[in-house]
This record gives sequence, structure tokens and C-alpha cells, in this order.
Amino acid sequence: MLAMNYRGPYRVRAEQRPMPEILHPEDAIVRVTRTCICGSDLHLYHGMVPDTRVGSTFGHEFTGIVEEVGPMVQNLKVGDHVLVPFNIACGKCNFCKQGLYGNCHESNTMATAVGGIFGYSHTAGGFDGGQAEYVRVPYADVGPTVIPPDMDPDDAVLLTDVVPTGYQAAEMGGIKKGDTVVVFGAGPIGIMAARCAWFFGPSRVIIIDHIDYRLEFARNYAKCEAYNFRSMEDPVVFLKKITDWYGADVCIDCVGCEAEGNTLQTLTGRVALMQAGAATALQWAINSVKKGGIVSVVGVYGPPFNYVPIGNVLNKGITLRANQASVKRLLPRLIEHVQSGRLSPKELITHRIPLEEVSDAYRLFSSKLDNCIKTVLVPSSKA
Amino acid sequence: MENISNTDYQNIPGWGMDADPDNEPTYPMKNYTGDDHNRINYERSPQQPVTVELLKSNERPAPSVVFGTSVPPSGLSGAIRRYAFRHSEDRYRHWIPLIMADRVNVYEGIISDIKAGHVPNFFSEWGWKAEWKYNQKAFVTKIAFATLAAVVVAGVLKRKK
Repeated sequence: MLAMNYRGPYRVRAEQRPMPEILHPEDAIVRVTRTCICGSDLHLYHGMVPDTRVGSTFGHEFTGIVEEVGPMVQNLKVGDHVLVPFNIACGKCNFCKQGLYGNCHESNTMATAVGGIFGYSHTAGGFDGGQAEYVRVPYADVGPTVIPPDMDPDDAVLLTDVVPTGYQAAEMGGIKKGDTVVVFGAGPIGIMAARCAWFFGPSRVIIIDHIDYRLEFARNYAKCEAYNFRSMEDPVVFLKKITDWYGADVCIDCVGCEAEGNTLQTLTGRVALMQAGAATALQWAINSVKKGGIVSVVGVYGPPFNYVPIGNVLNKGITLRANQASVKRLLPRLIEHVQSGRLSPKELITHRIPLEEVSDAYRLFSSKLDNCIKTVLVPSSKA
Repeated sequence: MENISNTDYQNIPGWGMDADPDNEPTYPMKNYTGDDHNRINYERSPQQPVTVELLKSNERPAPSVVFGTSVPPSGLSGAIRRYAFRHSEDRYRHWIPLIMADRVNVYEGIISDIKAGHVPNFFSEWGWKAEWKYNQKAFVTKIAFATLAAVVVAGVLKRKK
């Protein structure tokens, strides 16, 4: 089968690889119909995530048709068209039972700090991902969800990560009616977080980035205010000023470890790798939120540590909330939002590229060429 | 110093008086059930057989029920990874060697490609076709600067010799 193959930082290719097999009685094999490149895949692509081994296949956002099921699988049958949450979750451990499907205790042998994730390095379990024609899906009775017949598959594939992560980012903000929410990062997750923030009743949603075409997209799609931090002398002062010198009620970090905008963070985090990426967005979020405010983090950082103003978290009484999205928990509500037309995730898709051209697709997304917002890879065998 | 063991903690004056089950800061992310206190006493699925070398975090007692089997450790990078996994996720001795192993692994990948009779097409793997198509001017400038820098460095080195 054809699959994406990581060869080192900024180097990937599509090549023939062995077909995946059932390795556990609760596994399924899924023939991939759509698979996306996520902004967090770029952290792998750029060599920022420890234990990313040459020969790995990335991809944690995918839909597909069930081709084979293990002997203990009861809820899925061959031929079902499913969307597969990016988290691998057993559904039985105490974390899963409490709805923390992103923190499953039985899906990652290599690290305790993160649950298993498809195609996201050995730090996240060493599973091959969905940027392939076929993929092994563990715990097939727990994560995979049959796509409702009236749902566009393009909407479905974005329900595997982008929509739940954006929604949970807003949900963790504990947004109250009338609040001012600031979202850092106008990538797909940031745009979705800004859009979903409105579900919780704020009076203002502001998005901050440095790429004009994405800010323009966010302004139209998420109906929010959008500002380019390159045009500001100091983004924190700017945000204080436009919030009556008070600070935002909620700040959301949708950027993670490859942020731009602060030379010291960039040098220590992205060039010298003296911290787990540049924590500029998180620093701005902490410093822009009001006293007693909430900072919600869904931007991905590496495992070791980052330089953040933790003293300000204490002194301002900030509540810091973060997690990988619990896709399974959120799906019923999000499917409702999509089916009712309140949310149209597929509008984020700007590029549709054959899996064979995966190296160009990564470059396009990484370098933000051709006004790219979201790239979908389509395997030729999708039928 | 011995730890104090108090099995009768519920008789401590005031124990649990101010507990407020609604004060759950992780709600709605977490549907608190109290199961946390059952620790790892839950029904586990059958264990996936370990058929490849598996590097296990030393912060857990046994492998997780399922795990990925892609790219088992091998070669020099594998040796570095084995060293890294002797240390907990809390230690630099875990993460820095893993990053080093990743870099070593890149060269091992090139060697294994060549051994398999496949010369890597770097330009294709870097996705330069996309750069050429959508970012031609900046791409040409970047290449020109890189070439110029290489020529200058080569010239300096030659003069030193």
C-alpha cells in the first residue's frame, strides 16, 4: 500500500509499505478515504518532537472504510464508513471512564505524559498514522464513529481533530456571556476555536496572528476581530488597550511550540532547542488575560519544558487549563452543530492533494503557500 | 523518617466538611466519578503480544494494552534510544538523547536507502516543486543566497589551506 514516509526534518515521501495487520483482538483495519495534514504534524515534520523515527507514517486526522475487524470488535462491521478520533482510547481505564479520552492509560507504552495518538511519534505511542491507504485502528469499538449518512465526508474528517480541539479550547476557557475572548493563532485550530467561542456567549472574539490571508479568512469565517501582531509594537499592550486596560477574560493559545513574534523565545526554542519550542503565544496569553482570568491551551508543546511567566500565573490568579481534545466525548454535540448547519468545517479546506504528492503537500502547508488553510490528502484507492 | 499512616482519617475533626462536589475545576472536560481513587484497578482488555522491541517508559510498570509496532529501535540511534529510556520522562537524560537519536536516524535512513538501491531524491522529498510553483521569486532568491554562501565558505576554506 502507499503511505507517507518520514525521512527526516522537512523530508517526507510517499512509498509502498506493507499492509497493516490486526495485532490485537479489538483492532480494525481501515481503508483511508480522506486524511488531513494537521498543524501539529508540522512539529513532527520540522523535527521538533523527540522520538520521531525515520520510516514513520504520520497522520491523525482521517476517515475510512472498515476493511477488517478483530474477533472482539462488536460495534463496527466491514464496510462501515467511519471517522476516527485522533486519540487512541481504551474506554475502560479510569481516565477514559471520566471522559478524558485524550489521556488514556492503556494506549502509550513509551510515555506517561500523553495518551496514544495515531502517527504522532513514538512519544505518542509509536502507532502508524492515517496518511496511507490503510491503517490499523486499535480499540475499534471505542473511538471510530460511523459517519451519519447525510454528512459530507469533508465535514467528517475535520471532526476527527480540528473541530473538537477548537471547541474544547473554547470550552476550557469557561467563557461567560459578555466575555472578551482572545485567540492566539489563526491556523485551522485557532479559526475553529474563534468560531466555537461564540457558542458560549462572549461579546467579543479577537484573533491574533501575523499572516494576513489567514486573518482575513478568520474574520470572515469566525466573524471575529482579527489583528496582525507585526503591526503592533507590543501585542500585550495592544490587547490591554482594546480591553479598557483590563485584559481579556479568556485567552486561548492555539499556536504551540513554533510561535513567532519574540526573538528570545524563537532563538531559545526553535533555533537552539533549549526549550520545547517557542512559547511566545502562551507568554502573551498569560500576560494579556485579566487578573483572575482563564488561559486555555491547545497549542502543542514538546514534553521537556518551556520558559513561561509562571510567576504571573500566580500573581494574577490565572486559571490555566489545557488538554488534548477529548474527541469521543465531544462528538455527539459537534455532529449536531454540523448537521444543523451552525458549523461548516469543510469551508476550512483549501487544498485537496493526492497522497502520492505528500511531500509537496507538506511543503505547501508548512510554508503557507497559495493561501493554504487546510490540506486534505486523498489516497487514490479511496474508491 | 517514617511516613505517618492514618487509616482512620475520616475521624479527623472537620474531615470533608467543606467538600463541594460541584467545585470541579476540570468540568466539563472530566466527568468526575471518583474512580481516580481506584487507581489501576480497572478491567483491562487482553494484552497485545509484544512482537517487536518495545521501549517502555520507566514511569509505568508494564506496557500499555496496545502499542505501536512501527520502526523498532535499531542501529546507533536505537542504542541511544535504549539509553534514553533508562531515564524517566522527568530527566533531560531522557529527552536530549531522543532528539540526538532522531538526528542520527536521519543519516541511518539515507544509508539504508542507498543500501536498498534507492538514492533519495532530496528535491522531491523537500517538496521543492510546491515552492517552485507557488513561491518562485522567494525560492530562487533563497537558492541564490544559499549558493553564494556556499561559494564564499568554500573560497575561505580554500584560501586557509
